[in-house]
Amino acid sequence: MTNYQLEEVPVGPYRHLVSERAVSGETMLLNMGPQHPSTHGVLRLLLELDGEVIVNCIPDVGYLHTGIEKNMEAKSYIKAEVMCDRLDYMNPLGNNLAYCMAVEKLVELDVPPRAQALRVILVELQRVASHLVWLGTFGLDLAAMSMFLYCFREREDILDVFELVSGQRMMTTFIRPGGVWRDVPAEFDAVVRNILKIMPPRIDEYESLLTKNPLMLDRTTKIGVLPKATALANGVTGPMLRASGVDWDLRKARPYMGYEQYAFDVPTSQDGDTLARYTVRVQEMRESLKIIQQALDMLPAGPVTSNNRKFVPPPRSELGTSMEALIHHFKLWTEGFTAPKASVYSAVESPRGELGVYLEGDGGPKPQRVFWRTPSFENLTVLSIITKGHLVADLIAILASTDIVLGDIDR
Amino acid sequence: MGVEEKLGNMGIVTTTLETAVNWARTNAMWPLMFGLACCAIEMMSAQAADYDMSRFGMELMRPSPRQSDLMIVAGRVSRKMAPVLRRLYDQMPEPKWVIAMGDCASCGGVFNNYAIVQGVDEVVPVDVYVAGCPPRPEALIHGVVTLFEKVKGEKFADLVKA
Amino acid sequence: MDNRLEQLVQVLQEQADATCEEALGEVHLLVEAGRIVDVLTFLRDQHEFSLLSAMTAVDYWPAERPRFHVVYQLTSLTQNLSIQLRVPVGGKEPRLPTASGVFMNANWRERELLDMFGIQFEGHPDPRRILMPPDWEGHPLRKDYPLGYEEPQFTFNLDEIDLRKPYAKE
Repeated sequence: MTNYQLEEVPVGPYRHLVSERAVSGETMLLNMGPQHPSTHGVLRLLLELDGEVIVNCIPDVGYLHTGIEKNMEAKSYIKAEVMCDRLDYMNPLGNNLAYCMAVEKLVELDVPPRAQALRVILVELQRVASHLVWLGTFGLDLAAMSMFLYCFREREDILDVFELVSGQRMMTTFIRPGGVWRDVPAEFDAVVRNILKIMPPRIDEYESLLTKNPLMLDRTTKIGVLPKATALANGVTGPMLRASGVDWDLRKARPYMGYEQYAFDVPTSQDGDTLARYTVRVQEMRESLKIIQQALDMLPAGPVTSNNRKFVPPPRSELGTSMEALIHHFKLWTEGFTAPKASVYSAVESPRGELGVYLEGDGGPKPQRVFWRTPSFENLTVLSIITKGHLVADLIAILASTDIVLGDIDR
Repeated sequence: MGVEEKLGNMGIVTTTLETAVNWARTNAMWPLMFGLACCAIEMMSAQAADYDMSRFGMELMRPSPRQSDLMIVAGRVSRKMAPVLRRLYDQMPEPKWVIAMGDCASCGGVFNNYAIVQGVDEVVPVDVYVAGCPPRPEALIHGVVTLFEKVKGEKFADLVKA
Repeated sequence: MDNRLEQLVQVLQEQADATCEEALGEVHLLVEAGRIVDVLTFLRDQHEFSLLSAMTAVDYWPAERPRFHVVYQLTSLTQNLSIQLRVPVGGKEPRLPTASGVFMNANWRERELLDMFGIQFEGHPDPRRILMPPDWEGHPLRKDYPLGYEEPQFTFNLDEIDLRKPYAKE
């Protein structure tokens, strides 16, 4: 049994990032290590503290680095999609959508309207599920523990929809290049409408628990204010940017998958503090429910995959009768389709911000480069700016409000 | 037989010391909050209301290794995280057990590359492996119950180190 | 191509010797390494491209000249436009001036490129590895770096791989 001595954090490697007082020993360097109940994943924060007040906050990431980008270069386009669910693990269907849109842009593949509507319904349900987990852990960090239990109860209903449609609760890989994997069963409509009926009163219930609560207001008003110019200079996107007053949502600015047909608002706030980020996200949940309602009412009939057999595998029923179907099936599942020597950048709006994929083909069946522009990477860099001068307890609230997912940052 | 006839209605039962100790250990085993990636979300779902782990004595997850008995390694362990994992395992007091939750912790999972430790048993000795990507909360609970079966079969002779 | 982008591309072609390619609905500009900071400042200040959406690199090994292309994706929120800048960088000692004075999120992105590709950025305030451990050797995303693949255990080779695998003792 090894005995561990209590070690101090050495100033040496971080000398250029901390103030002079740390070198002389006046302020303390504290390690808020990779294993901590409120770091929302394996994030290491080096805090330079003057008593309880934070002088500098240095994030250290890389504890969840998975080498997904290099691993995707070694697989064909269809098989590499399995890895991308596990990036931002709160939003696997969103990652699938971003990747499939990039592949479809690169090889110029069409997506039928029924598949587009189904994609929108599932991605918006995923957005609600992700915001529910955020709300639960946000409440847990502020010691409102019942939020955690309520939010996870709602989330189970949404995961039941995913299981009905694809067989898996979380990493579904349901959205494939050219459409979706298969058509939804007959109960889908009734189950989703049930969620649309029970969710709005429940969101009102959560708001009544937290929004006017004096403890919550004390801990979140004017805490962690992110000014507009700082947000833009640092590349922040998503609800964090909208809470600082910039009205930029990729679903409205550059509509994809038929978002221009649905009427919804994009909530913004001018304050830029933790309370603003909370209100923006809660309102976004309501707007997502509106989108799902409209998409479900307007769901067109038709095929759910493109019929371009060079890229989309044929249904198994055709394999017994058609020679071309058999050849296409064989080619797609052994070598995979080839992409031209070009590069595309395609972005969607994930619950955290702009999720972009830079995909470059090299004329062969495997990608030359897949780069994931993940929103939590940029959102975390502002943490060192907005926590200066706050207390350690405020840091917990601010970190919870940035809604970072370490799988996104470390890839 | 005779002892129980005489003492039975005074509220006394007789058993072996091993059974009593193992019963106490399994009924209140506190897990270490060690969620790394996607499996952590399913572990949180298992702790929440629908698939309640408090039924099995795991009412709360302790963030401090000094106060926990069970380490559920939920998620992929990268090469940078492996020394931290070993250090936390060393800081846990005896008796301690490890459940490797999910494919990444059991064998490296989907990720067969330079960055992920191929199976957490390269770093800590594992008692129960739970397969799945991520495993359903019921699968995790099944893993926990399997661990309890294993603990109930432990004998003192095995635990005493020479 | 959008009219505003056309005027912009013309100015850059004349003044910064940039070459333009347009494919699949996107505008790509090839810029030399020495000019990139000026081009970025020009786009940010004169043409309201206020968001650096993405910054990455591509490795074209075994092609030597250029071995890397460093890619900058800029977005203008007010005009709703996107443009992509590519900088070819050689393979022996890849160097570029830092863009962290122009866009602050380039700071961490350049650290990532240093870590993953080994591209040095002159004038960077904090050149440390970001994703790999600080004592790691090598640059993982280069094409000549191996994937680190471990042979899967099937029943026929179960025992021989078991002997080689480093299991942890107590």
